[in-house]
Amino acid sequence: MSVSALSRAPSSRRVLLIALSTLLIALVLGMEQLAPLFRALFPDQDPAMYQRESFLNLTLAHLALVLVSSLISVSVGVAAGLFVTRPAGREFEPLVSTLAAIGQTFPPAAVLAIVVPVAGFGFVPTLVALVLYGLLPVVQNTVAGLGTVPAQTLEAARGNGMSAWQILWRIELPLAMRVIIAGVRVSVIINIGTATIGSTVGAKTLGTPIIAGLVGNNLPYVIQGAVLVGLLAIVTDLAFERLEQRFSFGASGAAS
Amino acid sequence: MSVSHVPTSDAASPRLVANRVLVTLLCAGLLAAWLLPFATMSPNRLASGQTVGLGEALSAWQLSAFLALWAVLAIAALRRPLPRGLAHGVVLLASLGLLLITLYSLGDYAQRTLVERSPSARVSQGSAFWVMVFCCALAAIDAFQRASSGWLLRLGYMLIAGGSVAMLFASGHFDELSIMREYTNIRDKFADQFITHLVLVGSALGPALLIGIPLGLLAHRHVRLQGTLFSVLNFFQTIPSIALFALLIAPLSALGNAFPLLGEWGVKGIGAVPAIIALVMYALLPVVRNTYAGLKGVPPATVEAARGMGMTARQVLWRVEIPLALPVMLSGLRIVTVQAIGLTVVAALIGAGGLGAFIFQGLGQYAIDLVLLGAIPTIVLAVIADFTLQMLVVLSKPASTRR
Repeated sequence: MSVSALSRAPSSRRVLLIALSTLLIALVLGMEQLAPLFRALFPDQDPAMYQRESFLNLTLAHLALVLVSSLISVSVGVAAGLFVTRPAGREFEPLVSTLAAIGQTFPPAAVLAIVVPVAGFGFVPTLVALVLYGLLPVVQNTVAGLGTVPAQTLEAARGNGMSAWQILWRIELPLAMRVIIAGVRVSVIINIGTATIGSTVGAKTLGTPIIAGLVGNNLPYVIQGAVLVGLLAIVTDLAFERLEQRFSFGASGAAS
Repeated sequence: MSVSHVPTSDAASPRLVANRVLVTLLCAGLLAAWLLPFATMSPNRLASGQTVGLGEALSAWQLSAFLALWAVLAIAALRRPLPRGLAHGVVLLASLGLLLITLYSLGDYAQRTLVERSPSARVSQGSAFWVMVFCCALAAIDAFQRASSGWLLRLGYMLIAGGSVAMLFASGHFDELSIMREYTNIRDKFADQFITHLVLVGSALGPALLIGIPLGLLAHRHVRLQGTLFSVLNFFQTIPSIALFALLIAPLSALGNAFPLLGEWGVKGIGAVPAIIALVMYALLPVVRNTYAGLKGVPPATVEAARGMGMTARQVLWRVEIPLALPVMLSGLRIVTVQAIGLTVVAALIGAGGLGAFIFQGLGQYAIDLVLLGAIPTIVLAVIADFTLQMLVVLSKPASTRR
């Protein structure tokens, strides 16, 4: 998924990241100040500003959902990836990799819908769907990242008398970290999007004003929610791009 | 790097179990059958249902067939007596058998209930049913990987399995299930929305390829363009689908209002046009990236040789570069198709129709069957598209490198 190696000079990306995150924070805190603008643009809409909930609360709820689900996905996903690359679990590796690949062809919105009969409406089903879906890229990239560690490097480490734990912590994980983080990046970005759709099953997210606007034919609501969630996703992606670069050691095992 | 065979080197410590994956799946399946409901039964459409276990739902012969197949699978997982090659074949057949028994029993239970209870009773599939179907599929996939079988065998197995399930459906065996009765109610609408879904996906893929492939060529020829191009396309891909759909509403409705002629062509805030534009924007990155990667993978020596033979630039492109880049370009098409099938679900929120319409309508009315009627076909469609295009990718490779 990584295009970072091809992107422009890092300094301009940093400026972009700072500028967009400032814009995001300003909009989250001060969207109400733009009320005159929305009233001028949409004179026919009576409440031209979403007021059932503050945008700060919506953003925090959205972030909480993504953060909790991503923490679970990452810990379970990395653990699963580690298990299937150790001698004890190697037998499960082909199946787990295939499962992660097939699972990602399932549309996130469909996964969200299928969880509802099992888990009901609201925060919980959205969380379950986000965790399930977010797991897959993490598992896939953990396996791929650990697979890029050269066999000679492992041989050399063993020859130096390192234990299996030491090899894992000091050699394998640091070398695989960039690819693992790329997987976490994909997982988090997808989760930000799926959490938005989560408002259709009753979770409070930045998608709530969008859905309210679509249902009530109120375009300003739609724009307010969509701009915030779009910015949130882009800022998160740029931040992950910088994080990935921090872990690149020249060797770049690309995981698609 | 994939471990396709069970390591036999540790023969010094003979193990009883040769296939621990299968044992895990069998335990999970049995545990689910024992603890979770196989089906739910409610007196009518709106009443909440009571759960029905496997033992209660299956008739005597079905239960014995189920246990017999389970036992066959358990034996196949052991190191002895079956030789490995034979064991994989047995697993493939037995897991297909188990899948069909599970499906058949559910339909049969629904039919019996309607006769014994009341015609208005509703029978739905329970969680144990899903776990068992899932375990059967995983056991078959695992067996294929262990046997490191070729694509022809996989294709044949998929066709047989899909064909048997389709025949069960076509014979009307499932007609008494709650979800199928819901389907009968909306049969015409379902066909319409299904076609709308496909049309939306198709009309997004066309422009995406028409724009994306030349852009990929451009990125390959002009290195300086790459950074900006990929950054912009990555931006599109990052924006959550619902936000991108929604953000297109305002400019398009303004455009439709300003130019009534455009409005007559369907350029307005909601509906198919913003959906298709958003789908194209999402599809561009994989198409451009894979076109670029495919062309970049063509060995420079090959291009040199073609030029040396006196081919023109156009001939080199069409006869050498594109054929060699085709597998990578087709895997881009695969990503894009699967992605577009999924994103079209969300397009239903802006009035574009498609299978997502059932999902969101069902969520609004808490009609779970309706939700599943939207979600399951979408998933099946995505998996079929993925599998078909994967086959195409394999076939587009030179015969010597196929596997």
